[in-house]
Amino acid sequence: MAGIDHAPPPFFKRGPAPLALLTFYIAVSLAIFVVDLRFKSLELFRQSIALVVDPVQRVAQTPGSLVDYAATYLQGMRGLQQENSELKHAQLSTAPNLQRLAQLEAENERLRKLLAVKEREKANGQVTQILYTARDPFSRKIIVDKGQQAGIVAGQPAIDETGVVGQVTRVFPFSAEITLITDKDQVVPVQVVRSGQRSVVFGLGNGQLELRYMPANADIQVGDILVTSGLDGIYLAGFPVAKVVNIERDSAYSFARIFCVPIAGVENFGEVMVLDPRQALPPAPPESTGRPSSSDKPGLGGKKKKTAAKGN
Amino acid sequence: MQPTFSSSRILQPVRPWFIFFSMLGAVLLNFLPTAHWPGVPDWVALVLCFWCIREFRHVGMGWAFCLGLLMDVADGAVLGQHCFAYVLLAYTASALSRRILWFPLAQQALQVLPLLVATQIFQAVMRLIVGADFPGWGYFIGPVVATLLWIPATFILLLPQYQPVEQDPNRPI
Repeated sequence: MAGIDHAPPPFFKRGPAPLALLTFYIAVSLAIFVVDLRFKSLELFRQSIALVVDPVQRVAQTPGSLVDYAATYLQGMRGLQQENSELKHAQLSTAPNLQRLAQLEAENERLRKLLAVKEREKANGQVTQILYTARDPFSRKIIVDKGQQAGIVAGQPAIDETGVVGQVTRVFPFSAEITLITDKDQVVPVQVVRSGQRSVVFGLGNGQLELRYMPANADIQVGDILVTSGLDGIYLAGFPVAKVVNIERDSAYSFARIFCVPIAGVENFGEVMVLDPRQALPPAPPESTGRPSSSDKPGLGGKKKKTAAKGN
Repeated sequence: MQPTFSSSRILQPVRPWFIFFSMLGAVLLNFLPTAHWPGVPDWVALVLCFWCIREFRHVGMGWAFCLGLLMDVADGAVLGQHCFAYVLLAYTASALSRRILWFPLAQQALQVLPLLVATQIFQAVMRLIVGADFPGWGYFIGPVVATLLWIPATFILLLPQYQPVEQDPNRPI
């Protein structure tokens, strides 16, 4: 008898019908799908699940990181020496600029004070290690090893040694999720270095970026560097974002299609720096309601914007 | 011998803790940094589908929903995406289980293939509707690999049930 299922078949007590259960679970799933997507009000729920999932996920990443560690350990002296000399070379080549940086910053600050322009914000932040790439194949996100415990909040920008990598979108107790700038419809406000023109750059989802809403006759060339414009209150101004690689000008459309590639090694890196949140921008000038009474206000706002852009 | 209804072998009853640990194993396998390799199957979907077909009285849509939530959070996906797909998978698998188990293993795998493919398609459609990026056709290779793994998975997951209850070397038969 031991080989047969001991539990008698539940003739009388069967619970809800499968179809009813299915309807219930499907309704709940779709409800949380919509709520999470549109209202973003389930973050606390997500964080509490993440508290359980996160340690397991770190354990599962261990074999991979051990293999990586072994690979770098066995790489040997030659590779290290080469890397060392390259780094020394790079350091030397940036030395002239770096050595004068402190003096330039001081001079800049003094001049700004003379002009009574708001002081330029200093970029501070904390270095975080990338734990793993998020599994979701529909988006481009990475998980780093610092979270609420280290004071990270959603919205902070992340950079690497060459440029902007992305932006913190979710924070968990011990980790944070960074959405890369190449994620579909991830937006970064930028400025063309050569011409000073401002625009926004959108992620395309395939590793490239697109500069949208630029008129077909805009002054932009292949090879132009785009840096953050700092107008959004999130990214500090002046960090390199992307480089223009391809421009399609079609007279049938009013906008040119401008494709860029990210400057930072957006999809391959080990550590990123999460910059501290910026100081709050001054409140925007109130919208003009009546035309004649507030005709001077929009002009003032425009002037303010211009100075900010020039200053940065 | 094949553990189907047509075979005469009587298996031991399944142990709930083994179901639990097999699910945990599947979740761990999913968390490995192999997710971006093409053709890596969704282990949780495979194991869930297996238990829903084998033991639909123990594992059902409640399990599917919880595992779905877990995978949603771990993936950084929109909450509810895996839940929806897994719940549908669990329902269909348990509804079809009485039919599927009559077939030999290879044909079982063929019947499981549409279920697993549908799981991926549902997730892709949900995300594409709300404007996500198409992940490429490699996303749909996973279920095919999972189908091929149906036979070894059946063998491994039924292994504890093959053992005789009392080990008696002097048993007459």
